[in-house]
Amino acid sequence: MLKILKYSFYDLIRSRWSYVYFLFYLALGFVLLFLNNDVSKAVITLMNVIIVLVPLIGTIFGVMYYYNSREFTELLLAQPINRRSIFMGQYFGVAGSLTMSLALGLGIPFVLYGLLRSNAIFDFSLLLVTGAFLTFIFVGLSFVIAISNENKIKGFGYAVLLWLFLAVVYDGLFLMSLIVFEEYPLDTFSLVATALNPIDLSRILILLKLDISALLGYTGAIFKKFFGTDLGFLVSMAILLLWTVLPILGLGHKAKRKDF
Amino acid sequence: MTIEIEDLHKKFGKNQVLKGVDLTIDEGHIYAILGPNGSGKTTLIKSILGMVIPNKGQIMVLEKPIKKDWKYRKQINYLPQIANFPPNIKVKELIHMIKDLRNSVADETELITLFGLEPFLNKKLSTLSGGTKQKVNIVLTFMFDSPLIILDEPTTGLDPKALIRLKELIQKEKAQGKTILITSHIMQFVEEVADEIVYLLEGEIYFKGSIETLLEQTEQTNFEHAIAAITTIGSHA
Repeated sequence: MLKILKYSFYDLIRSRWSYVYFLFYLALGFVLLFLNNDVSKAVITLMNVIIVLVPLIGTIFGVMYYYNSREFTELLLAQPINRRSIFMGQYFGVAGSLTMSLALGLGIPFVLYGLLRSNAIFDFSLLLVTGAFLTFIFVGLSFVIAISNENKIKGFGYAVLLWLFLAVVYDGLFLMSLIVFEEYPLDTFSLVATALNPIDLSRILILLKLDISALLGYTGAIFKKFFGTDLGFLVSMAILLLWTVLPILGLGHKAKRKDF
Repeated sequence: MTIEIEDLHKKFGKNQVLKGVDLTIDEGHIYAILGPNGSGKTTLIKSILGMVIPNKGQIMVLEKPIKKDWKYRKQINYLPQIANFPPNIKVKELIHMIKDLRNSVADETELITLFGLEPFLNKKLSTLSGGTKQKVNIVLTFMFDSPLIILDEPTTGLDPKALIRLKELIQKEKAQGKTILITSHIMQFVEEVADEIVYLLEGEIYFKGSIETLLEQTEQTNFEHAIAAITTIGSHA
C-alpha cells in the first residue's frame, strides 16, 4: 500500500491543481493577515472559509482523481498487488496531498506573521486539524460514491449533492426543525444533530475554542457545557474519527466486490 | 496445465456475459481467444486476472484456485486493451514504478532499443501518441519473466515495423516454453502466431482446436473466411 501511496502522492503533488490549491491558501492566508492585522481574527475568518471550502475541494478532487486514474487502476489491478492496498493507497495519496497543500499554504503566512509567538497557536492548530479531518472525510466519501457509480456524471452529481446537503441543506433543515419544535426541549436534539454532521461539528468545535460562544446565547451555553469540556472535545474528535473511518471501511468493502 | 476454468458464469446486471465456460490452457502454446464483439473475450481474460469476480465457477492458475488470492498474478504478464497511464509521470519513471510495484527483476533495456523508445524515455506520458503508448505498454508487459502472458489486442496502433518486432517477441517467449493468450481482431496476425483457436460465441466456447482443424471443419481454405463461417459448424467443440 505504501508504494501506491507514494506514487499517487508524487503524481498529485506534480499536478497543476495541487499548486493552485496551495497558492490559493497561501494567498488567502496573507490577505487575511494583512487585512485583519490580527492572528485571532484571521483565524475566525479563515474558519468560515475552511469549513465550506475544504469539503468541497476534497469532494471534487476525490471524484476527479478516481475517474481520471481508472485506466491506471486497471493496470495496477493486473499486478500482484492486493486490491485493498491499491484503493487505500490512492485514497491516502489524494487526502494526504490535499492536507499538505492546506497545512503548508496556511502555515507559511501564519508562521511568518509570528504565529509561534502568539496565543492563537492552539486555535490555529485546531483549525488545521479539523481541516485535515474534513479533507480525509470528504475524499473518503467521494471515493465511495465514485467507486459505486460507473457513470462519471452521476458520480460527480451525487458527490456534489452530498457536499451541498451537508454544507447547506442540513443547516436549513436543522433550523427549521428548531422552529417547528420550539415548544419542546431541544438541547439534546441539537447536540446530537450537530454531532452527526462533520461540517457542523467542526464549526462548533472551533467556535467554542475561540471563546466567542457568548455570541451564541443560551444554546451556546449548552454547547459550551458539552463541547467546551475536555470530554466534549474528546467525544467530538472521536466522532470526526468515526466519520473518517466509516468511508474507508466502505471503500474497502466496495473494492473487494467490484468488477473492472 | 497452466489454466483450468470450470463452469464459469458472469452476469453484468441483466446481461449474462459468460454462460458456463469450461477451458483448459496447456503449457507452452499460443492460444488466440476470438469471437465477435461482446462475446465475452475481455470478461474471460479479466476473470483469469481476478479483475472481474465470477458469479459461479472456478478458475485455477498454475494448479491453484485464484479466489481471494492475488500473489498468483506475479506469474502473469498482462497487456491491457487501452493503455492510459498517469499523465504526470515520465516513461522512465513508469517503467521504474511498475518494476518497483511488482518487486521482481526485469530487463527492459533490450526491449526499449527493440521498439526505439530511447527518445521518449524522458517525456511525459500525456505527450505520447497512441502507437508509442502501446509500445510502452508492450515493454511493461514483456520486461518480466513470467510463465503466463496475456495480451489483449496487442496490435492496436502499431506500425508495421513494430508489429514484426512484436511477432518475433511472441515467438521468442514461446520458445522459452511460456504460455501465451492473445485476443485480436486482426486475423492475419492470429493466423501467423497462434497454435490454437478458442472461439467464444455468446458467452460459450463454440470452437476449440488448431487452425487446421478449423479449416477442415468449415471446409474453407482461407483462415479469415473460416472464422467468418465458423457459426455454420453444427457441433460444439
